[in-house]
Amino acid sequence: MQLFVEQVINGIANGVVYGSVALALVLIFRTTGVLNFAQGEMALFSTFITWKLASESDGAGLPVVAAIAISMAIAFVAGAVIERMLIRPVEEARSPLNVVIVTLGLFLGLNSVAQLIFGTDPQQISSPFPEGNVELFSSGGDAAVISKATIGMILVLLAECILLWLLLQRTKLGLKLRAVASNPDSARLHGIKSGRMLMLGWAMAAAIGALAGALVASSPQRAGFDGSLMQTILVYAFAAAALGGFDSLLGAVVSGLVVGVADALTIQYVDALDGIEVVLPLALILVVLVVSPNGLFGRRTVERV
Amino acid sequence: MTADGNLLELRGVRGGYGPVQVLHGVDLAVEEGHVAVVLGANGAGKTTTLRAISGMIRVEGEVIFDGHAITGSSPEAVAEVGIAHVPQGRGTFTELSVEDNLLVGAVNRTDDRVAADLERWYEVFPRLADRRRQEAGSISGRQQQMLALARAMMARPRLLLLDEPSLGLAPLVTRELFAQLGELNREAGLTVLVVEQNANLALEIGHWGYVLERGRIAVQGSAGELHDDEAVRTAYLGF
Amino acid sequence: MTLPSDATGASVGPAIGTLPEAVVEPAAAGGPPPSIWPPVTRPVLIARIVIGVALSVAVLYAPFYFPPETNRVLSQALYIAIAAMGLNLLTGFNGQVSIGHGAFFGVGAFTSAILMVDHGWTFEATIPVAAALTGVVGMLVGFPALRVRGLYLALVTLGMAVLFPRVASKYVEGSGGVALLRPARGEFASLIEPLDDDQWAYFVCLVFTVVLFVLAWNLVRGRMGRAMVAVRDQEIAAATVGVNLAGTKVGTFALSAVYAGVAGSLSVMVNRIADGTNPILYFQLSIEFLVAMVIGGAATILGPAVGAFLLVLLRRNTEDLIEGKEILAPAIFGAALIAIVYVLPEGIVGGVRRLLARLGRRSTRAATPGASGPPGPPAAPAAPPPESGRQTDDSTNRGGSDDEGT
Repeated sequence: MQLFVEQVINGIANGVVYGSVALALVLIFRTTGVLNFAQGEMALFSTFITWKLASESDGAGLPVVAAIAISMAIAFVAGAVIERMLIRPVEEARSPLNVVIVTLGLFLGLNSVAQLIFGTDPQQISSPFPEGNVELFSSGGDAAVISKATIGMILVLLAECILLWLLLQRTKLGLKLRAVASNPDSARLHGIKSGRMLMLGWAMAAAIGALAGALVASSPQRAGFDGSLMQTILVYAFAAAALGGFDSLLGAVVSGLVVGVADALTIQYVDALDGIEVVLPLALILVVLVVSPNGLFGRRTVERV
Repeated sequence: MTADGNLLELRGVRGGYGPVQVLHGVDLAVEEGHVAVVLGANGAGKTTTLRAISGMIRVEGEVIFDGHAITGSSPEAVAEVGIAHVPQGRGTFTELSVEDNLLVGAVNRTDDRVAADLERWYEVFPRLADRRRQEAGSISGRQQQMLALARAMMARPRLLLLDEPSLGLAPLVTRELFAQLGELNREAGLTVLVVEQNANLALEIGHWGYVLERGRIAVQGSAGELHDDEAVRTAYLGF
Repeated sequence: MTLPSDATGASVGPAIGTLPEAVVEPAAAGGPPPSIWPPVTRPVLIARIVIGVALSVAVLYAPFYFPPETNRVLSQALYIAIAAMGLNLLTGFNGQVSIGHGAFFGVGAFTSAILMVDHGWTFEATIPVAAALTGVVGMLVGFPALRVRGLYLALVTLGMAVLFPRVASKYVEGSGGVALLRPARGEFASLIEPLDDDQWAYFVCLVFTVVLFVLAWNLVRGRMGRAMVAVRDQEIAAATVGVNLAGTKVGTFALSAVYAGVAGSLSVMVNRIADGTNPILYFQLSIEFLVAMVIGGAATILGPAVGAFLLVLLRRNTEDLIEGKEILAPAIFGAALIAIVYVLPEGIVGGVRRLLARLGRRSTRAATPGASGPPGPPAAPAAPPPESGRQTDDSTNRGGSDDEGT
């Protein structure tokens, strides 16, 4: 029982990470309709910037929270620029595969440039959350604990979800974003500057990614981060986003947790899958999608000829 | 408005899609408060003409709205000037709810009568009211056409451009739609430019008609004249 | 819009492979429609024959001219072209996006390797088995794929590619205890003595490439090809005119898997290795096939070949270009990809075609109208008239008819 709870908590800690990146993926998808394979590497780059700003030995020595905020602002601008300069011109040729190629190109490019600029050594970012753990309960033996950092991340993630939901569903700006995502040409005919909305979608997702990257990298369970930070996370994040239906922000977050927990439990309890634990999230996606083709939380749309 | 009361004027408009030119010098004018009808066969350039007005394609020549040239403006700018374009296919925001669709129409308005307008359109189209929370992609074609019209009207435009509104609709429904249009024109003084293949119904509510053939205006006249002229009817209008 | 429009489950398909809408807009221009290819006049015919012969000679002579290392690279380009063509059939022509064909490639590779290493088969004999096995696997994947749409399909296939090396490393054991099989030289049947290994490998790859490409060309021009494209562009409409949706989609999946599997087999001959230890290898391969297809030109016949060669070329050269800053190699490669897709959205073949169309239009002015249709492999089989509505505001609207007449 003890072990089970620990694994669940482990899973949640990982799941929060997957959920954060999945959130960014779904946001870009919902506002611009693009599958951004470079999301992880964009976050990585931002994380390096955060490190540079916060590091006392190699950088500016700013307080971590300030570093994260600045890095998010930079990511915001960068995301908008990337959308305008790299994604939009290619998308206007109306080939979705070309956009995929561009994001793959970005994936390769950002990763290697980041390592070139910031070096290949593992680096550290101190956690913005208080140290220590919170006891959940004790059952005779040691108490099951969850780190404050993990709780902090969960809260941040929840806050992001709520803010984004409010933005999208309750504001005019959100309506414009959703309209552009649904039918950009029609949106233009109604006076909505589609281009700006697309840039905004990418900008927000980039900022969220930067936040996620920084929080992951600073997690006390890690011994720092390097260029490989986001690579496995991205696969899991995609799994979470797919599970959640790609059009539900909350779905992405919840699915992230599901994937994290399922992964942790499988590693622990299913020996047959030793070494191929990643089977589970992928198998999970497959099963869920076959049963419910729009994901668990996705909306079904009736298609008319 | 230009000196002669025209809200919209096209002068020598030429344009098309890349290497294929569709319009070869279109001249037309729409008086404020009138319904102008543009007729013609497939491929004649009717839809392209509307796209030229709303800025979706680049053209040469002049497009003048309310005395100001709007040639070369972007679709967003054209919308802001007071022109609402309901494209072929209706331009429905399929993932958004019916109500959200209508609100998109009013998205650039800053006055406080949006909610009142919303209710008014629900009264005009009660079926839309029943489905206000439903996803717009799942309502029928006829309702989407109504939705498109209401959505365009939510912007309180001065000029309404309609591209083949009868497409895909049953005759009875088309009649109803044109009746609505006629009423809007009479009561609200809305200026309408409608492009249609269904000449009969369109001419009934129209004031002035144009027949477009291969990118040029071949015939024009008052709607009544065109409707009654047998030569025109058999040659161009097929009824 | 785009790949997307998929939160709604619509079928995903690139707009490539349909005739540019410029050609579809008919006599509104008041003249004969511009032809895609230059008219087949005598000089053009002669030019084509000359080019064809020169190319064939070059291709056949190459292995004797180049050193073994280069031949190896050429052979790699060839089998990547095959796999890219397989992907092209599925994604370019049939609209089902897969970023997991590396997995099929792996199945083919391991089948050949295992048969050779553990059971002493000769290489050539393993190919049909590999092809059949991958075909079956392809079918097995194709069935559930029916239920999964566009972007989700892409993700599931991604999963396959990520999964494959793990599964392989669990169930396959090579001589080091790891899933790494190295068939010895002697296990290859060398039918022609005077040829060196690398030359022999090249020719085998060449033969398979030519055969499989010609096969694809015929397929695409025939009924099956039209069905594939119809399913891609207007699935529901295709079904109403009697196209067997499931059959077409699953069949295409299986066929494309076979191509990838054969490519995998060939890779074992060329590289003498089947590698299950690298966790991202098959994912990388999947991406390479996709890239080759796109930069060459999706839904074209020559595209995958052109793309594969360009890809291999790019990879070699970015590695050589940067001394001391090898870490930049992926960045340059990535930048090159972005640049190509930016400048040539229809891939190289598509871009060439456009160029020829422009040149052709200038000379078609005086030439006889109604010149013969596309000479050589057609760009795409006659697709149902693409709604020029795709280019405008109506694209995602499905509630009404969208037959566009201007």
